[in-house]
Amino acid sequence: MTEACHSQWQYNFAFLDENTKRMLRRALLKAVAIPGYQVPFGSREMPLPYGWGTGGIQLTASIIGQDDVLKVIDQGADDTTNAVNIRRFFARVTGVATTSSTAAASLIQSRHRIPETPLRSGQIMVFQVPEPEALRTLEASEVETRKLHAHQEYGLMHVKLYEDIARFGHIATSYDYPVMVNQRYLSSPSPIPKFDNPKLHMSPALLLFGAGREKRLYAIPPHTRVESLAFDDHPFSVQRWEQACALCGSHDSYLDEIITDDAGARMFVCSDTDYCQQQQEGKA
Amino acid sequence: MYVAVKGGETAIARSWDLLAAARRGDSALAELSLGQIRQQLRLAVARVMQEGSLYDEELAALALKQAAGDTVEAVFLLRAFRTTLPRFASSKPLDTAAMRVRRRVSGTFKDVPGGQILGPTADYTQRLLDFSLGHSSEVPPCTLADSGVPQPLPSVLEVLAAEGLIEAEQPLPGDPEPADLTRQPLMFPADRATRLQNLARADEGWLLGLAYSTQRGYAESHPFAGEIRMGEVSVSVCPEELGFDIDIGEITLTECQMINQFAGSKTAPPQFTRGYGLSFGEAERKAMAMALVDRSLRAEELGEAAHAPAQQQEFVLYHSDNVEASGFVQHLKLPHYVDFQAELSLIRTLRAQANSSAPQEAAHD
Repeated sequence: MTEACHSQWQYNFAFLDENTKRMLRRALLKAVAIPGYQVPFGSREMPLPYGWGTGGIQLTASIIGQDDVLKVIDQGADDTTNAVNIRRFFARVTGVATTSSTAAASLIQSRHRIPETPLRSGQIMVFQVPEPEALRTLEASEVETRKLHAHQEYGLMHVKLYEDIARFGHIATSYDYPVMVNQRYLSSPSPIPKFDNPKLHMSPALLLFGAGREKRLYAIPPHTRVESLAFDDHPFSVQRWEQACALCGSHDSYLDEIITDDAGARMFVCSDTDYCQQQQEGKA
Repeated sequence: MYVAVKGGETAIARSWDLLAAARRGDSALAELSLGQIRQQLRLAVARVMQEGSLYDEELAALALKQAAGDTVEAVFLLRAFRTTLPRFASSKPLDTAAMRVRRRVSGTFKDVPGGQILGPTADYTQRLLDFSLGHSSEVPPCTLADSGVPQPLPSVLEVLAAEGLIEAEQPLPGDPEPADLTRQPLMFPADRATRLQNLARADEGWLLGLAYSTQRGYAESHPFAGEIRMGEVSVSVCPEELGFDIDIGEITLTECQMINQFAGSKTAPPQFTRGYGLSFGEAERKAMAMALVDRSLRAEELGEAAHAPAQQQEFVLYHSDNVEASGFVQHLKLPHYVDFQAELSLIRTLRAQANSSAPQEAAHD
């Protein structure tokens, strides 16, 4: 194990000791067995701050192996500072290969996005989750929300969505849009834009969610039904842009708005930098 | 044009260099040694050990040095290191009654068996800046008392306990093994042992504010400082293969036993109740605040109304950890382009609707 460690201190492969990894894997097995259910786990302090991906980092650390190829993205981009830092952390404590290519990765840790390139069977996607409890903004107490899940009592959320419609004419939630997993547990998809929600449904890849600070993890196993909450007369819809990506010309990707001068001129470009690159190369 | 998110790797490496240079400061001045930090900033070291949940002065001093004196950052460094340490054993319960006391005061009795022992405290100084510390200064010689502190020093609260005036301090039926918050998630309702664990590593500022709130009408518990003691306590373990206790060293602790009024309930006559605080090192402010918050969190158990923030377990315990709080508050620095873009689109839609003469709301009702 220690041969793979690249630091002066004798950190174990992937930082965590083997007993902690085993604890995490057991919790993950439970999570896979009960899709969407939040499994409490003994979250550890990691060398990155809480709220900066410690849940995702712990999950990745517990499942990463010597042969894995790791991709880390934040806001869809491989080059954002925190993604760089997390990727460096794993390169340092595991020595595994890293990539920015979605297709080449066996393990993808992400904050706030699902890549545009469709995931395939055998890939594992790890989401960093700030607030695993989809009901938290509606009910502050954990004791109460656990009861609501136990009774599958999700009226609070339906009322909230209905009130949105009554007030605005449509559901005014644009990211972290609540989903029903396997027709049982109301879950947070993490703060991905609702644009990405359809990618959760029947995904061929294993989707794991880690919330380090809140000490919860959950999973959406491959080929699981995931429905974004909606009403018959107000079906779920995703964001659309009038523009195409200014760099690659894609009409199908999630676009970030970039302000380009003091006068407020702006351009729209893919948030998924790897996808944008592929599209540009494909056209060249 | 599209450069905002490129170049992350290089920029990060440069920020590390800047941080190291800023930490060192002017290289014409002597560098701080860990020994100097341990010896001369002992209370900062103690606080890092308390909230870092790791009793190691050398590592705490290193963390303080690396964090350039930022206590919460030093706590974070120590906690992250602690994650990698294996568990060899659990200690036997510490016997604070057998403490080698260096300070012990009581606010409830003018004199107590063993006497009031002031020890090394700033309590009776005038807080005038001592300009002589601005340069090297000689320390006046310490005159020790003719008679040493009696060992063991009896606990003040025993006097009240003997008369039955204060609740007995009993372990739960069967004396169950306490939960370990560093290995298991905090779950609710949390029993008292679990709550005390959380409070022991809680941010001192958080505890101080909550404790203060209980004195200003939010969960008044009429406290008296029954006893505060500070000194050294032996730590022993009983390895299974040996079958007898071995002493593995001693640690400095501050313990506070708070005495609180209790009006009585249907089942219990009026009597004094307890709030308990314990912390690594010399840390009276922390131990006293912890004792007040411990007592306020017992409201439900004692059949008191629990309306104040300091009485609500989830509120107090979920927000007490400064490593968690610091990380999450500061995570707002991270990019949120994607979510913000989603909100931007939404707010534009909502504004367009609000500005149009015929809002589409109600159309669907």
